[in-house]
Amino acid sequence: MSDIIRTEGLEKHYHLGAETVRACDGVDLLISQGEFVAIMGPSGSGKSTLMNMIGCLDTPTGGQYWLNGTLVSEFSEDELARVRNREIGFVFQTFNLLPRATALHNVELPLIYAGISSKERRRRASEKLELVGLGDRMGHKPPEMSGGQRQRVAIARALVNEPALLLADEPTGNLDSVTSEDVMRQFEELNEQGQTIVLVTHEHDIAGHAQRQVHLKDGLLEKDFLNPVEPTG
Amino acid sequence: MLFFEIVMVAMAAVRANMLRSVLTTLGIVIGIAAVITMVALGEGAQQRVEEQINRMGTSVLTVRPGQQMWGGVSRGDAELSVDDAIALRDESDGLLQVSPEQQSRLQVAYKRWNSNTQIMGVWPEYFEIYDHGLQYGRFFNQGEVQGRRRVAVLGFNMAETLGETPPELLVGETIQIRGIMFEVIGIMEEKGDAAWVRPDDQVFIPQSTAQYRVMGGRDRLNSIYAATDTPDQLDVAFAEIDRIMRREHRIKVGEEVDFNIRNSADLLETFNETTQTFAFLLAGIAAISLLVGGIGIMNIMLVSVTERTREIGVRKALGATRKAIMTQFLVEALFLCLLGGMIGVAAGYGASEMMTRVAAWETRVAPEAVVAAIGFSAAVGLFFGLWPARRAALLDPIDALRYE
Ligand SMILES: Nc1ncnc2c1ncn2[C@@H]1O[C@H](COP(=O)(O)OP(=O)(O)O)[C@@H](O)[C@H]1O
Ligand SMILES: [Mg+2]
Repeated sequence: MSDIIRTEGLEKHYHLGAETVRACDGVDLLISQGEFVAIMGPSGSGKSTLMNMIGCLDTPTGGQYWLNGTLVSEFSEDELARVRNREIGFVFQTFNLLPRATALHNVELPLIYAGISSKERRRRASEKLELVGLGDRMGHKPPEMSGGQRQRVAIARALVNEPALLLADEPTGNLDSVTSEDVMRQFEELNEQGQTIVLVTHEHDIAGHAQRQVHLKDGLLEKDFLNPVEPTG
Repeated sequence: MLFFEIVMVAMAAVRANMLRSVLTTLGIVIGIAAVITMVALGEGAQQRVEEQINRMGTSVLTVRPGQQMWGGVSRGDAELSVDDAIALRDESDGLLQVSPEQQSRLQVAYKRWNSNTQIMGVWPEYFEIYDHGLQYGRFFNQGEVQGRRRVAVLGFNMAETLGETPPELLVGETIQIRGIMFEVIGIMEEKGDAAWVRPDDQVFIPQSTAQYRVMGGRDRLNSIYAATDTPDQLDVAFAEIDRIMRREHRIKVGEEVDFNIRNSADLLETFNETTQTFAFLLAGIAAISLLVGGIGIMNIMLVSVTERTREIGVRKALGATRKAIMTQFLVEALFLCLLGGMIGVAAGYGASEMMTRVAAWETRVAPEAVVAAIGFSAAVGLFFGLWPARRAALLDPIDALRYE
């Protein structure tokens, strides 16, 4: 199996006056294709910081990061935009949908920036909306939808470019427990079809859906282990 | 492809805040309206100048008395005499057609009617210089000038002014100018106004008669008119008049002359100064409104960027490049300004129409001016939209996503 994510000594330090905040303080991490990894840790341990760097939304202040074998930690802003567009699908805790646009248009957005024609965009976006079970909600706008539906629109959006890597930062943080289970089952299904997923959470139940858990503390890797395999059948 | 999508997004943003958008563009509207009106006035004035120059004669030079200088000190107005006119006629080798003009506003009476009218003492050449035509009767001739005959040719409106219809009944009748009897020998065709000259309301009599019988014997002309056959002889004519007048007035080389030579265009320039002043005023209003309007656009675009920080973050997270974000906001600013520009063109068109109706100023809204105005509003949009758009483009994706 090939590595999708490889980091060496990945650092993110913030300088606030004389004080230095070590949000991420030298993380070595290897994640292979097809894995489903949960990043755990208490609040402020640097999960989001690490996730944003993995998602090419943020640039490290030190260390190196290879995505699919490419050293992206040296990339320029516009190259990173391209990587985010083609290689990565991101799901946020707060959904981050455009409130005025329909579900369909929200899902089409990454394709617009990929330069896909409108007909093809429509086809792919509706396909993904069907996949997450929102085939009958395409014309609805986010304010007309429930939290779970919104998050599923966001998942469809993250998947629409067939990304190598699906990232989710506390995707169930704003959802009730029943809806959370729905969303997690969605992730499991996607993973079963071969989708590599990295997910941030501080809830053990949620992390239990993954194959592997990586624990952070004060910006450092603390534990890294595989979940016990559930009995099949 | 992508550009089209970006345009759609920008348009949607403008439409989503329609009231705010229209209010924001008010400065641009006023600025562009002022530009359109200004150009329309200018074009109208230009058109009128051309018409009037044609009416006043394209190849007419006017000699007017100037300041008489003596050792650098003004000694009052110099005088033009009949001898000057005779010299110009006789010594220019047939280059010039010349007529003096000695005029005064005087009482004209006919039967029970009377009117205060401009009496023009001229030579027969005057009618040729200005290409006047006759409706009835005839012009007076050189012999009648020599004989100081009391004959009069009336402008087109004079018959009506003197209460006679049909006008031809006046030919052969006697009118009184300042109580002196004159025989009406001709009535002119309609001529129309040319600047301040209204030939239709004038009465023409021989210059000699005017001088000796009506205006008290003073040999003092208001102007001398000189025309060439074609306009391209004007430069030669100018030099010739200058030479003859200098000799007549005994002005040495290097000394200031005590007369002015003007062509029709020069004369009209002064006449059109009012509309020009107004045009400058409008240019000032246009410049200030466009500046204020541009700053308004910049302000609302900064607001728009701030309001939509989250959206920018989302778009960036999904792969929008800096260029894509920049284009989106630039196009939005462009749209706002084009919207304002188009409303402005309509308003300017209305204002021009109104000026023509209310103030009788001729205006012409040229298609080129409309295109230029729209182009200019687009330029304002680009210029003032640049900074907000750059701010949006340079936002850090993480900071933008976290923005509350
Ligand atoms: N932009 C920033 N400036 C300064 N400190 C920051 C910034 N972003 C995060 N931090 C700090 O880095 C640490 C890790 O934050 P974060 O990665 O958000 O933690 P988590 O997601 O695990 O709760 C925290 O102490 C936080 O205060
Ligand atoms: Mg976090």
